[in-house]
Amino acid sequence: MELTLAIVLGALFGFALNRVGATNPQNIINMLRLSDTSLMKAILFAIGLSSICLFGGLALGVIDPAHVSIKSAYLGVFIGGLLLGLGFALAGYCPGTGLAAAATGRKDALFFIIGGLLGAFAFTLSYGWLAEHSSVLFDKIAGGDVSLAATGNEKYKALIPISGTLIGIGQGVTFIAIAYLIPTHILNKK
Amino acid sequence: MNPFPPVLSWPLGGALLALAFISAVLLVKPIGVSTQFVIADAAVWDVITPNIITPDENAKSGFSSPNAYLNKSGGKYAANAANPFNYSFVFVLAMMGGAFLSTLLKGDKPQSPSEKTMPEIWRQRFGDSPAHRYGVSFLAGFIVLYGARLAGGCTSGHMMSGMMQTALSGYIFALGAFAAALPVAIIVFNKKKG
Repeated sequence: MELTLAIVLGALFGFALNRVGATNPQNIINMLRLSDTSLMKAILFAIGLSSICLFGGLALGVIDPAHVSIKSAYLGVFIGGLLLGLGFALAGYCPGTGLAAAATGRKDALFFIIGGLLGAFAFTLSYGWLAEHSSVLFDKIAGGDVSLAATGNEKYKALIPISGTLIGIGQGVTFIAIAYLIPTHILNKK
Repeated sequence: MNPFPPVLSWPLGGALLALAFISAVLLVKPIGVSTQFVIADAAVWDVITPNIITPDENAKSGFSSPNAYLNKSGGKYAANAANPFNYSFVFVLAMMGGAFLSTLLKGDKPQSPSEKTMPEIWRQRFGDSPAHRYGVSFLAGFIVLYGARLAGGCTSGHMMSGMMQTALSGYIFALGAFAAALPVAIIVFNKKKG
């Protein structure tokens, strides 16, 4: 049952990545160089709509709070984000879209994946040393596993101590508004 | 007009992407991808170097590893690599299948042999050497996955799944990623060639 869900949900995600244009590095690079922000609008819209559905679903009891999974916040999240952003801009691929792009026949994505497997392996080998020598890199920020809005999952603390439904749906509406407001062409106007 | 073009308009494309993210959290758990690069590595490593993953009754996951990263959180990664046909790994394989399926249904795919090697913007900026593009893609992949594992997630897990749940870590990750990606893309690709 779980593997059937993995196949259906994974295929839906891959299909959506392709249909939103994210498997094409041209679209990623044009988004990041602010030449055509359509993909950024789609992503912001998707996050916003997902927030509304998630926090609406949690409030209505449709979504099980145990399915919520908040990752820890620490300095390495920011530094890792910087590194990812650098490679993301150069290649036009991130881990998910690189894999999906290779499946659409892009050869440069294959090289990205091979580099990625080695990069992940390099981290696997260096983690022990990093964790031992650089505690500040993994020190939790604001408690670590925290969200802005209360999700109803006791494992995760909320930073804003008012109705999680209100904050979650408020965030969703804000993201959708930003998606509509960002100009499509900021730089390199034709 | 084609009601389902290769690339949808942004509100429709965004809605389809949201459907994937919300279905995943409704039925199982939030989407994430980059951990599976580690699982693939570890599964291969275990074949080449015996005893890198061993069954261990005392470990929470039932497996342990002499490698600190695979042994983290009660050997969670070690256990997943010992059995790669678990939900998260199959999800990522199916994601590749879904993207391929989309191309069969007139989805977005490279339109020429040369586009298979590099996007047009790269060609305009750096010329048409596939070797050059492959080399940079390889290095970029290395940096991206090293960064994603340091961060504990990537664009899918931190930015999309994380921010949708209002996770602080999602916001911190997005801030870092765009603080690097926007200036780099603007500096590297907005310059005319020559």
